[in-house]
Amino acid sequence: MPKAKVKRKSTWVDMTAMCDVAFLLLTFFMLTSNFTKKEPVLVATPTSVSEIKIPETNIMTVLVDKSGKVYFGIDGQDKRRQLIEKMAGIYKVNLSAEEIKKFTLLELTGNPMQAMKAFLNLPSESRDLPQNNYGIPADSTNNEFKSWVKSAREVNPELRIAIKADEKTPYPVIKKVMRSLQQLDESRYNLITKLEGAPGRE
Amino acid sequence: MAEISQDTGSHKKNKKKRSKKLPTRIDLTPMVDLGFLLITFFMLATSLIKPQTMEITMPSDKKVQDEDKTVAKASQAVSIILGKDDVVYYYFGKTEGAKVLKTNYAPDGLRKILLEKNFEVAQQVEALKAEKNRTRMKEEDYQKKLSALRANKNAPVVRIMATDESNYKNLVDALDEMNICSISRYAIVDLEEPDKQLIANLAP
Repeated sequence: MPKAKVKRKSTWVDMTAMCDVAFLLLTFFMLTSNFTKKEPVLVATPTSVSEIKIPETNIMTVLVDKSGKVYFGIDGQDKRRQLIEKMAGIYKVNLSAEEIKKFTLLELTGNPMQAMKAFLNLPSESRDLPQNNYGIPADSTNNEFKSWVKSAREVNPELRIAIKADEKTPYPVIKKVMRSLQQLDESRYNLITKLEGAPGRE
Repeated sequence: MAEISQDTGSHKKNKKKRSKKLPTRIDLTPMVDLGFLLITFFMLATSLIKPQTMEITMPSDKKVQDEDKTVAKASQAVSIILGKDDVVYYYFGKTEGAKVLKTNYAPDGLRKILLEKNFEVAQQVEALKAEKNRTRMKEEDYQKKLSALRANKNAPVVRIMATDESNYKNLVDALDEMNICSISRYAIVDLEEPDKQLIANLAP
């Protein structure tokens, strides 16, 4: 009996359809997403059941890390330029055009104004090191944080305040930030949290 | 699909010089590779989930001096003190001679106490939620009714005080409990001497 010949099929697969799918997905991701902001420190936010989403623009971010360092940032490069010019004027710090340009590219800053010039001249890869970030002073004697908020408010009156703090931040630091905001009459703000499963109630 | 079959060789008589046609089938595999590589990049580099926020309104310094300072009835007042190591101290009524109790952030801790205290409102809110699910109430109407319920005059007034040993998570947890228990009247206030004394007396 002759062997039944198995017809060999060609291994060629038409990739056109797959290519279409890949690019469709690519387009979707490109259009829907916004890039994660680069943050100098990793912050684990506490969880809450609140479901309000934060708007994307006109946000003033106050980042507080575990050790209590305060970082500050607003969105929009143009706004940031105006902000740093104002701050440099208040604290009498001379910044060159190039340094100002470097500042506008930073999402968040965590340095006192006196150390700002040195900080901006650091190579970009060493800027995120913890020893190069002192945190913005927010004490009652030397409160640069207040000037930042005030200047930012002047630059962009529509800013909303978002406080993003690590869950292990000791309360006195938060109290300092809240007190500063309260003194500036900024009584509404958002605390950024992660979503937690809705609690079961008895 | 993307191929045009060509039968070459059968027209040998045709003397006209023809440019040799290449098959139009292109191998798209590298393009697919590239596509998926870019997808991977965008998926990893972007954030699709927007962070949640909790909106709070603090009294500003100016307003407090005015008539806005509300005096709560002692029977409605609940004071919560956020202590060290996730411990919560609480007492009802006035500070003087108050009986301080200890609890924690577990569902049967602080939440249970607040729900008991806010029983009336919590029940009404629960009923409203059920009604919303049943009747497909408009979001607007729901919010209106909800805030009306929360404005109940008999609802407790909570003072949240945090000691310096507590952390940010404790504060957010406490605020979260206010949300869960439908308590609309609460304030974060500074820890004052009498309250400090109360905890000091309690802790051995």
